Amino acid sequence: MYETTEVTLDELKHLVSNRALEGDTVLLNMGPQHPSTHGVLRVLLELDGEVVVNCVPDVGFLHTGIEKNMEAKLWEQAAVMTDRLDYLNTTGNGLAYCLAIERLAELEVPPRAQAIRVILVELQRIASHLVWLGTHGLDLGALSMFLYCFREREAILDILELCSGQRMMATFFRPGGLWRDVPADFELAVRRFLREFPRRVDQYEALLTKNPIFMNRTKKIGVISAEDALNWGLTGPTLRGSGPKYDLRKVQPYSGYEQYDFEVPTGTHGDVYDRYQVRMEEMRQSMRIVQQALDMLPYGPVRSDDRKYVPPPRAELGTSMEAVIHHFKLWTEGFNLPKGSVYSPVESPRGELGVYLESDGGPKPLRVHWRTPSFIHLQALPVLSRGHLVADLVGIIGSIDIVLGDSDR
Amino acid sequence: MDGHLEKTITTLKERFALQDGTTKYPACLVATPEQIVDVARTLRDELGFNLLSDITAVDYYPEQAPRFHVVYNFYSLEHNVRVCLRVPLDGSNPTVHTLEGLYHSANWQERELWDMFGIHIEAHSDLRRILMPYDWVGHPLRKDYPLGYEEPQFTFNFDEIERRKHKARYEEA
Repeated sequence: MYETTEVTLDELKHLVSNRALEGDTVLLNMGPQHPSTHGVLRVLLELDGEVVVNCVPDVGFLHTGIEKNMEAKLWEQAAVMTDRLDYLNTTGNGLAYCLAIERLAELEVPPRAQAIRVILVELQRIASHLVWLGTHGLDLGALSMFLYCFREREAILDILELCSGQRMMATFFRPGGLWRDVPADFELAVRRFLREFPRRVDQYEALLTKNPIFMNRTKKIGVISAEDALNWGLTGPTLRGSGPKYDLRKVQPYSGYEQYDFEVPTGTHGDVYDRYQVRMEEMRQSMRIVQQALDMLPYGPVRSDDRKYVPPPRAELGTSMEAVIHHFKLWTEGFNLPKGSVYSPVESPRGELGVYLESDGGPKPLRVHWRTPSFIHLQALPVLSRGHLVADLVGIIGSIDIVLGDSDR
Repeated sequence: MDGHLEKTITTLKERFALQDGTTKYPACLVATPEQIVDVARTLRDELGFNLLSDITAVDYYPEQAPRFHVVYNFYSLEHNVRVCLRVPLDGSNPTVHTLEGLYHSANWQERELWDMFGIHIEAHSDLRRILMPYDWVGHPLRKDYPLGYEEPQFTFNFDEIERRKHKARYEEA
């Protein structure tokens, strides 16, 4: 198990062009410790002067074996690990996982839990886009963006902390609903954020959208047509920048997204600038969704009362023998999911985040697979960056919005 | 059932004699490894499934025939329909042909299959490991691959455990 094998250089020659073998082009290593690769991405660049002839992304530096680890955990225990995948979209990963389990178990989620899920996921989407905007600006020379964006993101993380006690790794969503109801000041905190944030987005746009330096750095860079983008498996804002209106919240609604009124922004040129505009507009649309969800927030329970999957509330334990039995069973051996498999996709800030679950009827997963958008998007990097300057490659990596934790799992 | 999904299922069943699979969602068909490229081509060119959203595999060890199921998930943007294909593979020499020629996005996902399950991908342009280090031995997501853990060391057994501990071999890198 711990043996290693030798790999010869000949096995890697097909990655570069013949010109590189003759010494006509230069091979340059970028990353894995490079600030503009957004984590631990390594890119092997083949350069002709400053122009990228080819690039070979190398991932796996953040591989933590989460899929393997989940197979050794109970269904509910594994939910904790979902936060650690895409660390900018923690609640979104939890939602994807819980939805898959709920689909397999045919578990109903109360409307209040669904609405709170939507609010938190949309806030998280804004937070994720803020990190993207800050770092993307940083890469392209707009240094102050980073500071502004992280200020606003902190407000969202405070809301998550208010709910769960954790800023990032909340694990607030559980199969069948939420861990517990949100505290009383939740609504106030979200409303305060909603009051402040539209003004902030306008300020960001004022800084960047018509900025000639920013436009020169992003327009006609990293262009991909809609057809190619689909063939390369791009989804989310990266695909929508090229035109197709593919947003899972609209086309295959989950968690009650069908009740909310929002637009799916798309671009036309499929370049870095269009992808930027799509994400900026998405932040506004997410705000609209949060606003509506908060206005319509129903009262009621936040977890399903199906006692075969969801433990009973503490108060019942003193009065009901059945509750004690369920409590004991669920916290010792967990619940069994019916035998079968399900592929359940949701729209993460980066694109289609799919969870493939397979159960053999036991208390632990037979297989959990994460179809993570960052992983799929990264393989399109060579197509997007060919013929551009190295400096533009940085913008392109920013524009496909990768998170290496998401990519490497 | 949705109209286009019904059409897809009947077309594939008539042309390739595929069997129904058992999945909760999306609707699923079972194909043989020889058929997969033709089925995928039909899906892409005739039935409008332009996004290959996911490729993964499941290991049913200790079963041997079939030991693996490779699972493909296709999506059609135009019709908003998802369909799933499962390909059972034997444990002795699991091989499946690449779909790279039809969908570029298959490239890395198939590399991941090779890396994690040791499923050989025929005619793949760049079949290297992707998530594990390039010189790794073994395929971690196979069920007969141990999860691994760190043993706690106490004073009485410190040396014994230290001896069998895996250490990264820097001198070779």
